[in-house]
Amino acid sequence: MSSYTLDINGQKQTVDVSDDTPLLWVLRDHLGLVGTKFGCGKGLCGACTVHLNGVATRSCQLPVAAAATGQITTIEGIAKNGKLSKVQEAWVEHDVPQCGYCQSGQIMSATALLSAVKNPSDQDIDAAMSGNLCRCATYTRIREAIHTAASK
Amino acid sequence: MTISNQQFSINNQKTSRRDFVKASALAGGGLLLSALFPTRQASAATQAATVFKPNFFIKIDTQGLITLVSKNPEIGQGIKTSLPMIIAEDLEAPWENVSIEQAGFVKGLPGWQGAGGSGATPGHYMNFRKIGAVGRTMLEQAAAQKWSVNVDECRADQGYVKHAKSKKKLAFKDLVDIAATLEAPSVDSVKLKDPKNFKLLGKRIGGVDNHSIVTGAPIYGIDEQHEGLLYASYVRCPVFGGKPRTANLDTIKQMTGVVDAFQVEGSDDIFGLVPGIAIIAQDTWTAFKAQQSLQIIWDEPAANEENSLLYREKAQALASEPGKQRRSDGDVDTALSNSSKVLEASYEYPFLSHTNLEPQNTTAVYKDGVMEIWSPTQNPGDGHGRIKEMYGLEDDNVVIHMTRIGGGFGRRLVSDFMCEAAAIAHKLEGTPVKLTWTREQDMKHDYYRAAGWHHFKGAVKDGKISAWSDHFVTLGLNTDEKPGRGANMGGDEFPYRFVDNARLSQTILPTNVPMSWWRAPGSCSIAWAIQSFIDELAVEAKSDPLQFRLDLLGPDRPVKPSGKRGVPYDTARMKGVLNVAAEKAGWGKKLPKGSGQGIAFHFSHRGYVAVVASVTVDQSGSLKVDKLVAGVDVGPVINMSGAENQVHGSMLDALNAAWQQEITIEGGQVRQSNFDDNAMLRISQSPKTEAHFIQSDNPPTGLGEPAFPPTTPAITNAIYAATGVRVRTLPLSKTDLSWS
Repeated sequence: MSSYTLDINGQKQTVDVSDDTPLLWVLRDHLGLVGTKFGCGKGLCGACTVHLNGVATRSCQLPVAAAATGQITTIEGIAKNGKLSKVQEAWVEHDVPQCGYCQSGQIMSATALLSAVKNPSDQDIDAAMSGNLCRCATYTRIREAIHTAASK
Repeated sequence: MTISNQQFSINNQKTSRRDFVKASALAGGGLLLSALFPTRQASAATQAATVFKPNFFIKIDTQGLITLVSKNPEIGQGIKTSLPMIIAEDLEAPWENVSIEQAGFVKGLPGWQGAGGSGATPGHYMNFRKIGAVGRTMLEQAAAQKWSVNVDECRADQGYVKHAKSKKKLAFKDLVDIAATLEAPSVDSVKLKDPKNFKLLGKRIGGVDNHSIVTGAPIYGIDEQHEGLLYASYVRCPVFGGKPRTANLDTIKQMTGVVDAFQVEGSDDIFGLVPGIAIIAQDTWTAFKAQQSLQIIWDEPAANEENSLLYREKAQALASEPGKQRRSDGDVDTALSNSSKVLEASYEYPFLSHTNLEPQNTTAVYKDGVMEIWSPTQNPGDGHGRIKEMYGLEDDNVVIHMTRIGGGFGRRLVSDFMCEAAAIAHKLEGTPVKLTWTREQDMKHDYYRAAGWHHFKGAVKDGKISAWSDHFVTLGLNTDEKPGRGANMGGDEFPYRFVDNARLSQTILPTNVPMSWWRAPGSCSIAWAIQSFIDELAVEAKSDPLQFRLDLLGPDRPVKPSGKRGVPYDTARMKGVLNVAAEKAGWGKKLPKGSGQGIAFHFSHRGYVAVVASVTVDQSGSLKVDKLVAGVDVGPVINMSGAENQVHGSMLDALNAAWQQEITIEGGQVRQSNFDDNAMLRISQSPKTEAHFIQSDNPPTGLGEPAFPPTTPAITNAIYAATGVRVRTLPLSKTDLSWS
């Protein structure tokens, strides 16, 4: 067990956990930030996607020690002062979710995509979003919502 | 769209005059409408005579906020949005003032309080419209009283009651206190709105939890947080039917962060509490990690014969056997022997896991003799009954909260995970505990979609099917003589009743693999085999696959079910969706080799759906599905946005399952463990999707399932059209699609 101070959504938070604990479980079980989801535990589904220094990262594969050096953004941190981000707004506008469980990971990947590519093509979207699985297969609307967010 | 009044007067529901709605004042001001719909066990009148315990309500407060209950579990099918929409419509409630409260489990609530069978829409439509109309009528009566006018002159309109003559109007919030003093009219006396005046139903309404979802709010079962919460994992025997004999529990208990570890006896009921080892820790990661240090000696049943390859061998050996006859019409043998050519083909599909993205989990606390549960369950009543029995608790002492659910697909109709959480909580009396499964446990301890085989023989004459024979080889638990859950086939499945000489026979092979309902149970696999073999016969008849199907359906008519159960098969509706799908997909164009379209249809859950798939296969056999287009008739659509989403998702789910997914058994256990060896469809593989609705003059029915079954055969029929390769084994990735 060690103490780590993490920079999450602009706030410093200190936790006492074992060194190999993935960031995912620090967020979920120790900090109450449960918007980041557990899906596979092997970096295969993308449900646990967060931003580490602005880059989409699978938090189930990121040990807390490696997370402690960077700035972490989670799904709880992308709306500013209660105002939804463009990507979140587009997700609501297109009524993307079915069960919704994967969508926080989808939104984090889409947000990272749009900060890198302002106006992505369908091919760009496929490339950037292929690591995010949706069991309900809302892919048609995910594509539409990303295009809408890009145009906002 | 034109809607007549009749189509909404659903006839498959009994509403009794003894239905009971009671009005009272809301604490703090406002109107509370409590309803007690009759249950199967007792009429509302007899229930009410003892104690009025409402199982449903509408609240309108003095600020104008309208609270409606969502009664059923939300698994992504959109029911938390669409059922309240039905009440709001007849209540004349402005949707922006409506908030939805998720109900917990209430024993005896009428209409199954579960998610499955696409049954919630047809099962609640009329009752929910009526309770909305009771509320509207009372608000109109309150206005009439206030203005001293005849109630017939008062009309509710989107949060107000208006009096046309005097041009007066009052908001609901200013009428609720008067309404609360009135006696509620009988649900059968109130007038329902004319559907042509609908303001909400049929519109595109976003999911009520969307804001919570996109901001990561804690709404799923796995998100439960409680003061002093501990975290649990649970290890079962990898071989189905096995149980732990001993384990190094003392070593586990000494690990850092581990709070406790113990054996759970469980029972032999595979749908209940399955034996295993529980590990309790300070966080989920520690509980998972401790599993790796766990050494268990299992008592395992002999399972050498439990192997997918052996099931397959046995099933294939049955191809020339007759099987047990289930249905026989005309004279199949004579028709076959009189044919110039008999087609024979065997179709095979694998076990599938449900693979909910939210792994199984439940939070429970046992305190002061009460077991309180927070669970992503599709079937709370089943869990309630089992847990009650496990500990001899009274009905009221098992309290089940229904959380939002990260995918259902039928998996969470089984309450095994809920029973495990209850067993752990019972042991840790007083402490709340959250059980979470790993993905690997989720994939290896599912209740699988049954594998199956269809051995067909058929012939055509004058462009029609002259003989049809199917020996369906299915699986059943080796403790049972029936097919597994979802592994049976009805004798009325198309094309039975439509072909004069037709036979269905069945053989059940024993297995130890737990099976249960999987999205569109039965239909999800049967439709593929049947609509594929129909396609083979169309080719043999040198007919266009669409025209062949239209001819097979024949003239417009309702075709009666053979038995007492079942519903008529309306050929006009099926032909309607076939024609819509074909037209929208541009059916019939000449395409270059390597490109093709396939068509298929299926009737399930009272819904009529046809799908046209367009695919491209390059010469090396690499498949690209370009487009899936559905024609759908489920009667009038309740929520257009939700309905489209269900159809798009169902079609893509069918592609997902058909392309790569397979669970195989070896030595009585599942080989696959995660998304690396049981792949899920990715956005890069996902084609364009279109849903086109025929809003027919019929009662509205559910849409969580019926678009799935026809999609699989549409895809494989398109592959045949593109390549000449007939896919007879799923997943289709096992078939070489290359062509020259």
